[in-house]
Amino acid sequence: MTRGRSIATAAARRLLAAVAVLFGAATLAFAALELIPGDPVETLLGPATTASPAVRRQIAVEYGFNRPVLVQYLDFIGRLLRGDLGQSYQLERPVSSLITGQLGPTAQLAGAAIVLAVLAALFSAVATAGRRPALRAAAIAGELLAVSIPTYWSGILLLTAFSFQLRIFPVAGDQGLAALVLPAVTLALPVAGVLGQVLREGLEAALAEPFVVTARARGLSQTAVRLRHALRHAAVPLLTLTGWLTGTLFGGAVLVETVFGRPGIGTLTLQAVSSKDMPLVTGIVLLSAAVFVAISMLLDLLYLAIDPRLRTS
Amino acid sequence: MTALVDLPSAPTAAVQSPRPRRARPSAPVLAASAVLVLLVLVAAFPGLFTGVSPTATNPVDALTAPSGAHWLGTDELGRDEYARIIYGARPSLLIGLSATVLAVAGGALLGLAAALGGRLGDSILMRLVDVLLALPQLMLALLVITVLGPGTVNTAVAVAIGLIPGYARIVRAEAQVVRRSGYVEAAVGLGLRRRTVIARHILPNALGPLLVVATVGFGAAIITASGLSFLGLGAQPPSPEWGAMLSDGRNYLAVGWWLGVFPGAAITLSVVSINLVGRHLQARFTRRTA
Repeated sequence: MTRGRSIATAAARRLLAAVAVLFGAATLAFAALELIPGDPVETLLGPATTASPAVRRQIAVEYGFNRPVLVQYLDFIGRLLRGDLGQSYQLERPVSSLITGQLGPTAQLAGAAIVLAVLAALFSAVATAGRRPALRAAAIAGELLAVSIPTYWSGILLLTAFSFQLRIFPVAGDQGLAALVLPAVTLALPVAGVLGQVLREGLEAALAEPFVVTARARGLSQTAVRLRHALRHAAVPLLTLTGWLTGTLFGGAVLVETVFGRPGIGTLTLQAVSSKDMPLVTGIVLLSAAVFVAISMLLDLLYLAIDPRLRTS
Repeated sequence: MTALVDLPSAPTAAVQSPRPRRARPSAPVLAASAVLVLLVLVAAFPGLFTGVSPTATNPVDALTAPSGAHWLGTDELGRDEYARIIYGARPSLLIGLSATVLAVAGGALLGLAAALGGRLGDSILMRLVDVLLALPQLMLALLVITVLGPGTVNTAVAVAIGLIPGYARIVRAEAQVVRRSGYVEAAVGLGLRRRTVIARHILPNALGPLLVVATVGFGAAIITASGLSFLGLGAQPPSPEWGAMLSDGRNYLAVGWWLGVFPGAAITLSVVSINLVGRHLQARFTRRTA
């Protein structure tokens, strides 16, 4: 019973920490909004405007810019709690519907990229950890290159080769699977590089453990030992990193979606940043913080599944 | 309340396979060092490497493929691509470098303040770092650009703010180890002033690991900074900044492949070299606690 209670306490603390981070991110976004130099009405109307002072006053009242900062802040938090992210300045639609409308293509892109990256890292690390020196050196060089190439260049190279020269994949858009291949590979490259490096290191450490000799003595093949025994030991750091990198894909998507002319959260972000559409930027920032928090809570559960030692302590 | 995820404070620290502590630089590391020296020379004295102006337009020669006259071809305005890449080294590398320096200074300040500023200061600063770490670096940089507006200086500040939370954590962890060390105790026992102990003993020793991490971080900063220019938020078009050049060349991929290839190759060559040298330093100087 005490164990059950301690798990409940741990879960409650975890949840509290998650809420604190989201609250912090919301406060940060609000502070950023307040820090923008100049009149928010000016930002809202854009540079070329002929709005009269009366119209400006009316806009200020409508958006509540004329109220004290503290009241605006409490109102902002209150609306967030009700799931209201506000109105986009430029597109004049609710931020939440704009975001949900663009979430699909980005989720597809990020999901495909993370699956590709994990598969590539697993394959390269299992095949080359502590064996096949020539192949191992080639994999290490490939990973160094993968983490050093900016996605906005690898994307352009892939486009030039496969879309403009060979004409295998479409140049832009999000129509169908063919249009997903090049962007997903581009976004996956740096992630695969980092994961491959860390997984090889973990596998090589695990392969030096005595249990590997025992497993081999029982007649398991090299690869079977790796997949069934060593991999589980190397999996926790891999998982931590995969979760963290998945969170960063929102940033990567801004560049990749721009290169490939895909719609999505990244394209929406760039549009919002370029036009200083603060409610939209705030909404996207909160979304990426929420995704990060959700992933890290999911990871905690997965650690328990992978490492039995964590279940007993 | 602990941090949400055990972030790898130095993701690449665990990457190197164990090797002898005083490893000789390998051939690739030596080659990378040579490339870095060359890049510094190009950035400092671009005039030594080309006599052609990076901004001289020549409509007659627009979009010509690489040849003897134009080694790397010309762009849509007939500007020499090779001259532009040479002159682009300075803005491209300088934004990344300023961002890294700013981030090291900011990270050191925050980390020291957290480690030495008492429990309340520590928990406030570290909760702030937790929040900042919940946002992808590029997202944080974009938030800063929205507030400050586009431009090269603002890009450097934005990239730095994206890096600061991770760096602050490293310095805090190191400073906490160092402040409990014998020599700090001895310095305090000798009656040195608190300020002197921090400046002479804690700071230099807590900063070392960060400088090693920042070497690899410099490469990442170049990628992010040029990425912001690629998005049109950093260095603006007439500037031969490599990211801005790629953004420009992207519109001519069907007729001028070289415009999409060479500026990116310049970025990648720089970052690969920085990473190779940075990891060598890391393998050599990182304290192996495990």
